[in-house]
Amino acid sequence: MEILRNFPCFSLILSMCASIISSALNGKWARRLNIFVISAIGVMSACTLYFTFVTNQCYIYKMGRFSAPWGNEIRFGNLEAVMALFFSVIMLLSILGGRKHLFVEVDPFKENLYYVLINLLMSSLLALIYTNDLFTAYVFVEINTISACGLIMIRENGHTLEAATRYMLMSLIGSGLLLFGLCILYDITGHLLMSNIKEQVLLLAQTGQYHIPLVVAIIFMGVGLAIKSALFPFHSWLPDSYGYSTASSAAILSSLVSKGYIFLLIKIFYRVIGFEIIAESRLFNVLFVFGLCGMIFGSLSAIRENDIRRMIAFSSVAQIGYIYMGFGLGTKAGMIASIFHIFSHAATKSMLFIAAVGLTDASGKSKKFIDLTGAGYRNVIAGATFTVGSLSMVGVPLFSGFISKILFAQASVSVGVNKMLPTLIVLAISTILNAIYFMKTVVRIYTPVKSDYPTIPWKQDVSYAVVCICFIICNVVLGMCSEPIVDLIRSGLAMFA
Amino acid sequence: MLDGLIANYGEAVAVLLFVIGFANLLLQKNLIKKIIGLNFMDTGTYLFLAEKGYIVGRMAPIVVDGVQDVNKYINPIPSGLVLTGIVVSVSVTALMLSLTIRLYQRYHTLNMDEISTILKKEEI
Repeated sequence: MEILRNFPCFSLILSMCASIISSALNGKWARRLNIFVISAIGVMSACTLYFTFVTNQCYIYKMGRFSAPWGNEIRFGNLEAVMALFFSVIMLLSILGGRKHLFVEVDPFKENLYYVLINLLMSSLLALIYTNDLFTAYVFVEINTISACGLIMIRENGHTLEAATRYMLMSLIGSGLLLFGLCILYDITGHLLMSNIKEQVLLLAQTGQYHIPLVVAIIFMGVGLAIKSALFPFHSWLPDSYGYSTASSAAILSSLVSKGYIFLLIKIFYRVIGFEIIAESRLFNVLFVFGLCGMIFGSLSAIRENDIRRMIAFSSVAQIGYIYMGFGLGTKAGMIASIFHIFSHAATKSMLFIAAVGLTDASGKSKKFIDLTGAGYRNVIAGATFTVGSLSMVGVPLFSGFISKILFAQASVSVGVNKMLPTLIVLAISTILNAIYFMKTVVRIYTPVKSDYPTIPWKQDVSYAVVCICFIICNVVLGMCSEPIVDLIRSGLAMFA
Repeated sequence: MLDGLIANYGEAVAVLLFVIGFANLLLQKNLIKKIIGLNFMDTGTYLFLAEKGYIVGRMAPIVVDGVQDVNKYINPIPSGLVLTGIVVSVSVTALMLSLTIRLYQRYHTLNMDEISTILKKEEI
């Protein structure tokens, strides 16, 4: 049993080593190694979850020789373990789902480099989940950005190059702000370990000393991470980078990369600064307003879009808006709703990207809606998956999107009228807008039409069909067995601080 | 206010550099100028850290002539952070420059807006 304590550290080291080894292997072996490593990380995260769930407490694991105030450490409880498990499952499904396209869209000599990037991304996501040190978190944020940029531009054409440049520029602004914020925080507290910073911040808040630098640090870190996770006015890079990169990259970027930054932000809220002090600084109100704007404007842009991949990308902007709106409510219930939405959105968005690629394959690789007419009949499994994803996004019962919407609505009722009314109204408007563009697409792919494009039977690509079915199961499980998951998130948050 | 600025002139300069870099990264159209802005921004942050980590009258944390007294040296961690930060910013700059070279080879311009316009035309 005790050996399970080492598993978070093992999984980090494993994915880092795998990325180094992959650079020396050929594409085929790099792929096998990658699938093995991601599965192993999934199994190890499941064991960690079992361990923390049974013992019901969180653990601190010392990294290196030095102990607490100076050294580096990782810390894990229920929430971290379930996040790592979920991320590895989505990562595995996304890679398997877009495998066929990788062969076509990526230069065969570069295939192993793709897996180098995937392993690096996985290790940085794990580090963001597990680390208890703020500067380590910054370094892994940068590794995450660099590998995500690589994932965008590995399919080399003008669009992806431009998208990668825009992505880098926005991300660098975000990480510059994050770095400056944490430098200020380090200067006024003298610590880099999250728990130690929190002790000092509590002291500072009691004495009222260094009030302005503290608020500036909170704002810099909050805004920096919000920019990096594509909160509404900073989303200009998003549609191109999700729309033109290869299918697996789009699925991974939309469902995992931005969620890693959001998880770090939750960590900063709870473990570094403390929830009450953040609430006093009124950062939540700012995030609330931008979250609401994102929910509306993201959906409006998606309605105008004429390209299925870019439409799904704009829908991401709206969904990120939901998550920040949940933060903005400033209550524990809002936070739980946001974390559930992280799961729900990650499962649904990667599913939609993988399904969309199946539909475009059945329409002569065209992403335009006009060519997609009737694609649901030509590729039955992709059509069904897309329909399930759309229903979940709109918030139809049985699927995960419904649960997150109901959690948001319940959370909003417990806060004051000032926030309750806008939340409920925008939630309703956004649901209608979601329904407009997703149902429009579903109706279009099931409009019977005589078409020259050949039908793709599911037997032609069995692994793709299996991945699609796994995605559907994942979504339905999140939607129908939400109670234990919400309980797990609640107990995880209690251990978190 | 002014006295505070003069007493902490190092930090003031660092913040000024950060702001200049930030504005360049956001507002310039030319990619190379954007990258220069990025480096300004990072350098500002490192200057801030170095300035905060230095205590007047103490030495760099390298043991010289067998002096073991803790009060003779400054804290090594801020300097360590600056070194780590420099490594990160060098790698990010290299990546940005390589992207810029690719874009220039393809479109023969460094202006992001022009590149976007060309891409839109290509699509139609």
